[in-house]
Amino acid sequence: MPRLENKVVLLSGGASGIGAETARQVVREGGRAVLADRDEAKGRALAAELGAAAHFVPLDVTQEASWQAAVAATVERFGALHGLLNAAGIGVRNSIEDCTLEEYRRVNDVNSLGTFLGCKTAIPAMKDAGGGSIVNISSVLGLRGAAYAMAYCASKGAVRTLTKNVALHCAQMKYNIRCNSVHPGYIDTPMIAPRLEQSDGNMSGRQSLEDMHPLGRLGRADEVASMILFLLSDESTFSTGSEFVCDGGLTA
Amino acid sequence: MKRFDDKVVLVTGGGGAIGSAALRRFAEEGAKVAVVDLDAARAMEVASALGDRALAITADVADETQANDAVAKTVATFGRLDAVFNNAGISGGPGTPETTTVENWQHVQAINSEGVFLGCKYAIKGMKQTGADKPQSGGSIVNISSVAGLVGGAGPTAYTASKGAVRLLSKSVALYCAEQRNGIRCNSVHPGGVDTAIFNPLWQTVGHEQGKAFIGSRHPIGRMAEPEDLGELVLWLASDRSRFVTGAEFTADGGLTAGLLRRSLLAPS
Repeated sequence: MPRLENKVVLLSGGASGIGAETARQVVREGGRAVLADRDEAKGRALAAELGAAAHFVPLDVTQEASWQAAVAATVERFGALHGLLNAAGIGVRNSIEDCTLEEYRRVNDVNSLGTFLGCKTAIPAMKDAGGGSIVNISSVLGLRGAAYAMAYCASKGAVRTLTKNVALHCAQMKYNIRCNSVHPGYIDTPMIAPRLEQSDGNMSGRQSLEDMHPLGRLGRADEVASMILFLLSDESTFSTGSEFVCDGGLTA
Repeated sequence: MKRFDDKVVLVTGGGGAIGSAALRRFAEEGAKVAVVDLDAARAMEVASALGDRALAITADVADETQANDAVAKTVATFGRLDAVFNNAGISGGPGTPETTTVENWQHVQAINSEGVFLGCKYAIKGMKQTGADKPQSGGSIVNISSVAGLVGGAGPTAYTASKGAVRLLSKSVALYCAEQRNGIRCNSVHPGGVDTAIFNPLWQTVGHEQGKAFIGSRHPIGRMAEPEDLGELVLWLASDRSRFVTGAEFTADGGLTAGLLRRSLLAPS
């Protein structure tokens, strides 16, 4: 039996990177994928490629009304909502000295407020479906600090504790909704493209990032998607409020 | 010689219970202190009780200009800045993932997360203004997080997210300052239940003593913390005695997060 048979999953950031790869695996495993993204062209193209089991909705994760429309469109199209992946996020290089308040707020709005709004909006629809699973993408930088990812670290630290709060609330209310965070290391996706440009002494940006990971390479989006699929599926029904690290040994 | 002789310390939320308790200990140990609070009367009250070594500053930590000005006034008055305790914070009231509004979320992040961000940014600026009697930069930043920055069931939703942000923000600040070799350290403190105004809604519902006993019973140590209990930890982190400590998290929670939590941590059933 496919791992996500008849499960309907909404994916923010579904047009690229980890979100897009997860959407492919959701469809491959018998589920329905609703790709929600700012990038309409890319999102529609991927939805078309994945066929009748996929659908695209435009989404600005920082706007509650946009989330409400995305969840409503999901239920209208596929009849229910069982899974939510909060994968939309931005990475900005800044330190405590050079980050402006405006930039701090923008990073936290997309990564942290956006994830909160996803959870808030999905819960009622999942209750209607009898339960569900929420997966929030945090980062290894939600577990460890980094000098030049100050605002990003703060936002991902917020996602880590938000996830636990959502998990405990849903458990207490007996909603049968689980919520977990995934903490990827550096994954070869468009998000880290700027990082790959920065050479670090004798090593290229890519080499120095690869070298940081004990496995000696960057992660692939499909490797993170595999962990997300486990969490979205009924294989993980006793896991909630937990941190799932996928980082090639980076934080070990 | 006392621990904080010739040192200048700025405390935000200095009018509140934890802030004023820490300020009293800083002053006892010889520090000149800036009492920063949104409430002008409270800042003045705490500062005047500490005498002429204390400066009252009215400021909203979430306002960038005021955060900058608070540090500038402190450096202008006392000539240097050695430690900052970013202590101002709010609970934001009850809120679950289902009931928290965007407005409440933004308000809580503005004070608890953006306020600490600005507090660190301008602390570093102030600490780097070395002056004749401060030949090199250096200093210690102590950020207040919470057990809610570690676990998910110790506070309202927006509060929990904001304290998780402070935990990681502190580590990033620490690593940046370490790399810059500017001598500035940064750590986070994670209190459990402390007898402060943040629990006023509960005190109003069940009474102060009863509420305190209830929350205390949830802590393995059998009581809530008094504001003074936090002060000693903050003093140690702010002092040179902790000079090899940076980017770390310090839990002072009466054992609350050491073991398995009871499901309903704070809400009286």
